[in-house]
Amino acid sequence: MNATIWSLSAIVAVAAVTFLLGYVGSRKANTTPDFLVARRAIPATRNAAAISGEYLSAASFLGVAGLVLKDGIDALWYPIGFTAGYLALLLFVAAPLRRSGAYTLPDFAEARLGSANVRHFSTFFVVCIGVLYLVPQLQSAGLTLTTITGLPAWFGGLIVTVIVVINVLGGGMRAITLVQAFQYWGKLFAIAAPTFVLFVVFLASPDRGTQPISDNGVIRFPQAEKITVAEQVIKLRVDEPLTLKVHGEIDGRPADGKVFWGRGVYELSPGTVMEFTAGSPVPVVEGSPTNNHDWTRPQTGGISDLLKTYSLIFATFLGTMGLPHVLVRFYTNPDGKAARRTALHVLYLLGLFYIFPTVLGVLSRLYLPQLLVNGKTDAAVLMLPSTMVPNLGGQILGAIVAAGAFAAFLSTSSGLVVSVAGVVSTDIMPGKVRDFRWATVFTGLVAIALALLLPRSDASLTVAMSFALAASTFCPLLVLGIWWRGLTWVGAVCGLVLGGGMVIIAQVISVVSSYTGRWAPAVFTQPALVTVPIAFMTMIVVSKATRRRAPADVNQILLRLHAPDPLGFIRDRDIARFGTAEEKARLAEDKRRGASRTR
Amino acid sequence: MSRHDAGKPEQAAREAWLGEQARKPRRRRVVLADSTKSRGKALRTIIELEEQTSVGEKLVRDLIKQQLRSAFGLAFAVLIGMCLLPITFYLFPQIGDLKILGIGIPWLVLGLAPFPVLYGVGWVFRRQAERHERDFVNMVDR
Repeated sequence: MNATIWSLSAIVAVAAVTFLLGYVGSRKANTTPDFLVARRAIPATRNAAAISGEYLSAASFLGVAGLVLKDGIDALWYPIGFTAGYLALLLFVAAPLRRSGAYTLPDFAEARLGSANVRHFSTFFVVCIGVLYLVPQLQSAGLTLTTITGLPAWFGGLIVTVIVVINVLGGGMRAITLVQAFQYWGKLFAIAAPTFVLFVVFLASPDRGTQPISDNGVIRFPQAEKITVAEQVIKLRVDEPLTLKVHGEIDGRPADGKVFWGRGVYELSPGTVMEFTAGSPVPVVEGSPTNNHDWTRPQTGGISDLLKTYSLIFATFLGTMGLPHVLVRFYTNPDGKAARRTALHVLYLLGLFYIFPTVLGVLSRLYLPQLLVNGKTDAAVLMLPSTMVPNLGGQILGAIVAAGAFAAFLSTSSGLVVSVAGVVSTDIMPGKVRDFRWATVFTGLVAIALALLLPRSDASLTVAMSFALAASTFCPLLVLGIWWRGLTWVGAVCGLVLGGGMVIIAQVISVVSSYTGRWAPAVFTQPALVTVPIAFMTMIVVSKATRRRAPADVNQILLRLHAPDPLGFIRDRDIARFGTAEEKARLAEDKRRGASRTR
Repeated sequence: MSRHDAGKPEQAAREAWLGEQARKPRRRRVVLADSTKSRGKALRTIIELEEQTSVGEKLVRDLIKQQLRSAFGLAFAVLIGMCLLPITFYLFPQIGDLKILGIGIPWLVLGLAPFPVLYGVGWVFRRQAERHERDFVNMVDR
């Protein structure tokens, strides 16, 4: 109970500081020039911290360690990919995109291709990617609150949604670089400090945390364990026969009392309770390595796992540049050169961060085998401190971790809601301040509804899906748009629809299959390896076929994108047309005042 | 601000964005007449760039080609490097048994090594890209 109070007060503190900084910041930066000029003075290092703060989401903070616990070394491709994505962004996109002066992706698409059609399609996919990215954040928030307090999962998601929506509506959090930069260092501390302490505890413990392991490497429970299946069906693979007590349903048949499980796969219905004795082998969620031998060695899952790894590399490497909340932040750089420096510094900050979740994931393999059974491996980082250090110190560490996780949900969700609502209000609604507010509420509602409806999967897996969507839509649009004169709006629209459509269909199929017995092959959960090349090819082929539709001023546009900054071609797009909703409103206000004065 | 100005933003936004240089070449030429000789030369090149004369277009095309070559070369190297790792581990599973200080080599290769490498590649690209741009500016601004 004490632990709960510690964690809750840490979470409240994070929320309060966020509110406060957002409030102070938004009061300071009040007018459009303030907004823009203040931005111009921000050094690349702080800007990079802000970008990293927004980027490190639940998937990074909780998800990576969870996947390492479950899948072992192959899960390390997630942090590698999340970081490498920024390299691709630096190489292909950062400087030219900043020079284009576009605020959002649809904005860039329209400016480059000179067609309102491509703008509408881009808007649609920005909303899809944003919402798809929001869902795991909210679900992880639910998981975090359940782990800490035992409250139902929907409650945590709802709380985060409400805080984010209120904060965004109040104008806090909006492009306030300071808040986001603070969030990065907060998150780094919240994961680094526990990692150091727990690692020392691990080294100092008399048995070095050696757990009982059977001859063929299957982990055994160190003590008796009682595990309840949560809201979803679980498939468990048993590698070494065991006896346990089950109350509930196995493979659709009711069971009550002692059961013997031989090697094989068992399906458990929601609500089923399993009681394991100390020393009994740990069954593992289907699809993950069952023994430590496979867990410590790379690529032991056969050819389908190999393809999955490649697909993941593709999705993350190419998907980062298409995430809506990332691009908006790059606009705060003064020029193309600074955008490049910022992206480089982000690479450094992310590399620094991602060492820690890996260590925590490995440690949790030793101390938290029960998570392998119920599949809630995302909770590993949250549970590890109190399990390893069962006293006041552990509770405080647990509170720090919980606060960091909460900061992760808040910063990423706010960034996403702001960018999605900005796009919705300017492109779908007339773009007044009121529209921005409605769009914010609307985005929050859709996201929380989907978070409650969709089955909870590991945060990193779901996030990887939105990377796949971004890689199959905006990556080809940006790369071809920036580097190839031949891109036409017809080609861009065809590529967007085909690439994005295929990813969305794959996502729907994998959700349906997860409700009806996981029959879909792995390619549906990670389709980027197929969809990205198709999207690129479609854009190139269709553009060549419709060469006459290429904008006449393409040379001037490419000059603007690539000319070095000192030549002074950089020009931000007309704010009156393309500013965010609030800036627009302010501008209209100024104009009215100005006009009445001249009269 | 006059009433005349207030009507301006209603112009097609794209035109406004591209705007300025297309509308103002004349005015710049007046400035050109006032400036010193060397500065005038630079301005002339900039105007050539803006007006997309054949010389200007050639310059920009070359710059883009240079930048793309750096970016593409480095991205290709990184992607190939990343893609070789899983297949190597798959084909030679005995690598998984190698250890340094009790930690498996694959864990070090995947858990630590990529981050400095990625940063290094980014650093090299930043240098190259900035050098290309400096060269371009020097060429224009002789």
